[in-house]
Order: sequence, then C-alpha cells, then structure tokens
Amino acid sequence: MTELFIFFEQIYRIMFLLIPVLVSVAMIVWLDRRVWAFVQKRRGPNVVGPFGLFQTLADALKYIFKEIIIPASSNKVIFILAPIVTMTLALIAWAVIPFSESYVLADINVGVLYLFAVSSLGVYGIIMGGWASNSKYPFLGAIRSAAQMVSYEVSIGVIIINVLLCVGSLNLSDIVLAQEDLWFVIPLFPMFIIFFISALAETNRPPFDLPEAEAELVAGYQTEYSGMMYAMFWLGEYANILLMCAMGSILFLGGWLSPIDVFPFNVIPAPIWLILKILFLFILFALIKAIVPRYRYDQLMKLGWKIFLPFSLIYVVLTASFLMYFDLLPGQ
Amino acid sequence: MSLIRILKTIFMIDFLTGLIMAIKEIFKPKKTINYPFEKGVISPRARGEHALRRYPNGEERCIACKLCEAVCPAQAITIESSERKDGSRKTTRYDIDMLKCIYCGLCEESCPVDAIVQGPNFEFATETREELYYNKEKLLENGDRWENILAANINADSSHR
Repeated sequence: MTELFIFFEQIYRIMFLLIPVLVSVAMIVWLDRRVWAFVQKRRGPNVVGPFGLFQTLADALKYIFKEIIIPASSNKVIFILAPIVTMTLALIAWAVIPFSESYVLADINVGVLYLFAVSSLGVYGIIMGGWASNSKYPFLGAIRSAAQMVSYEVSIGVIIINVLLCVGSLNLSDIVLAQEDLWFVIPLFPMFIIFFISALAETNRPPFDLPEAEAELVAGYQTEYSGMMYAMFWLGEYANILLMCAMGSILFLGGWLSPIDVFPFNVIPAPIWLILKILFLFILFALIKAIVPRYRYDQLMKLGWKIFLPFSLIYVVLTASFLMYFDLLPGQ
Repeated sequence: MSLIRILKTIFMIDFLTGLIMAIKEIFKPKKTINYPFEKGVISPRARGEHALRRYPNGEERCIACKLCEAVCPAQAITIESSERKDGSRKTTRYDIDMLKCIYCGLCEESCPVDAIVQGPNFEFATETREELYYNKEKLLENGDRWENILAANINADSSHR
C-alpha cells in the first residue's frame, strides 16, 4: 500500500512539472512567432484564442490528425524512435531544474552533470532521425548537426567549469544559492555571452540552424517526417530551447533569486523570478532569430573551435588564478 | 583587420546595433493587415472573378459576337448562340473554365458592349474543380451581385479607354 502511495505521489509530482512545461512550450512557440513577426512589422498569429495564444494547440491538433508517412526504404524502428528520443530527452532534463529552494523534482548532487549529459544525448535523436530516413537531405542535416552540437558542447562544458569553480558544488540549488550576493553574470560576463551563443548552436537556433537550413537541406533531419512525429521533433526542439534558457538563468542569472532584496521584489514567489528570467532569455533567442543571417558551416566550426574554446579555457585559468590568489575558493 | 574592426567584433557592436534596431521596430505600427477581417484597397482595374452584366432594364448585354472567345489566350471561354424570338442574337451557352483562365483581362478589353467584365472579387475558392466551371447563370448572377461596383469601376476607368 505504501509503495503504491509513493508511486502515485511521484506520478503526481512528475505531472505537476511536465504539464506546465508542455503548456509553456506551446506558449513559447507562439511567443517566438509573435516576436519574430513584430520585428518584421507583421502581426503574427493572432486569430486563434486571445492574441492567438492557442495557435500552437491548433497546430498540434492539425499534426495529430495528419497521416504519418514512413518512407519505404527507412529503418522503421529507428525512424519512429528518433522523435520519441528527442522529446523524452528534452523533458527528462527538467527533473533537476530547481524552481525554488524546496520545489525541485530531483535534488541530486550532480545536477549540472546530469543536465549536461542529457543535453549531449539530445544529438542522438537528430542523428537517428537523419540516418533512419535513408535520404540525402536528412543525412546531411544529421551529420552537420552532430558535428555542430559536439563542438559547442565542448565550450559549454568549459564554461560550466567556470561556474563550478565559483560554487564548489554540482548541485543546481547550491549554484543558485551561491549567487545570493552577486549573480555570476557580472564576474563571468564574457562566459555568459559565450554560453548564450553556444546555447543557440546547441539548440540549432538561427543563426546556427544549419541542420535544418531550408535553403540547402529542405528541412534537414526532419525532411521525411510528417504528422505527429514531426510535431514531436518540434516540441522537443522548443523544450530544449526552454531548457537551455533555464540553464542559462540558473548558472548566470541567479535562478529563482530576486534581483534586489527590497520590498516589492522579495515578496514575488521564487518560481516567478525563474520564469521571468527564462522568458527574458527566450525573447533574446527570438530577437536573434529575427535579425541575424545564417552562418556558413566553416564559420560555425571556426567560431566554435578557434574562438570560443580557447577563450573559455583561458577564462577558466583566469578564474581559477583569481580565486586562488584572493583565497576565495569555495568549500574551505 | 584594422584595430577598430577587431574591437567592433569583440564587443559585437554591429550585432548590438541590430538588436536595438529590432527592439525599436517591435513598437512601430504594423505594415500588414488582419486579412480576413480587414481588406486592402483594390484598384478599379483589378481583374478578379468574371461577371456578365445586364442593361438597367434587365436585358443581357452580351450580343454573342464571340470576340472574347476568339481573343482568350487560354481558350477558357465557350460560347454558343442562336436567334431569339424577337430576332436578336443571344447566347444560349456562355461557359468560362475558371481553372484555365489566366485572368489577363483580354475578354473584358475586347467586349464591345461591356458585357463580360472582371470584378473585384478574388475570393471564390471552391472545394471541387467542378464548381469552377462557370456557366451563364453563374456569370449573370455574379453580374447582378456586383453590378454597383462593376459600373462604378467602369465609370472610374472610362477616361482611359
């Protein structure tokens, strides 16, 4: 009986996290399209529901009713598995995101590693989709995306080392609490910028959306997908973007902490602050999508390996030396 | 690379200028309209859906001269005519295949009595192809429906003819 109770309690907690995440993914797609349209002086989706808020739900319904076409020459098991993997990986990472000091699904002490591992696995969904389609455009898109995500993960890893040096813990809640006096965005500002750009590359957002560069590759690894499977790729992608925004706000923008500890700010509940920070980062993502042209592939690789990686490595040395010299190393 | 260029790259000046410009654009008035709810201005010369007009007394204008049939580059128009009891020549059949039509406006131009005209309506999509094979009744009905606008359009354009 108690086992059953624990089981249902866990299910309830997971649902309490997953449903808001899925709903916010739907809202974020709408926001993305809306911001994009506004920058281009268009109106964007504004018909379905108030301000067009339910547009994504309408789109999702449309995808559900569409036929799923599986190419005859594809590897069917992997073809079907790929969007499921993408979607699952994008959602399970949310387990460790702390929304406040007490509200976190899994308060594990290697939260950052877990996040990093899950986001690295995300590339598998894309490779599987591209390879199993057995078609040239998806394959090229998948190869590009694999190389791109692996390259930028390296610099994200080094950036995270910077943060960890200042915290001395891999627990995400500890990372947020260590920023009570000073958000890491101030001492580690260049790292924040590089993290942000790498996050763009990691989630295949413009200007680094080479895997799905429609002018060259039709739709990259999604070319052969249709119906609900396409929608799952697309939901997974946006859940990943949201996750990267959450990661950025936890590592650099002080997670659930309010910017200043004065009256009107410190009564606002903690999760609201995290959501506001995620939204801020996401609007930046959307603005960048509207204003930048796509990178050429060699430029992308050059940026990743020749600029970001050396720069963040040098910054690790600088941070470590600074902390050693002034005896600020945490955990002593 | 010059020093200024390097500094500009490091501090992402170009990117930030673009970002600020994008944020400014967000608050400017929109250039697009809410299409199904508000519609743009249509020129009196717009070449939309066809219509056969009538004289104010209800008589069909068309005299079955078949100039439009002859001039139609897509051969979308089919006309058959016969003599009516009162001795006037009238069409017994006037079909336009709206799927063949290229909306060039030559039929309207060739018509000596302003009978076949292209109106301002461009929203006549249908669910089947058959509905787009217009016959005489459909075209006359269109003419009755749009007569006010059609007459005004022809009048507005008359000085250029």
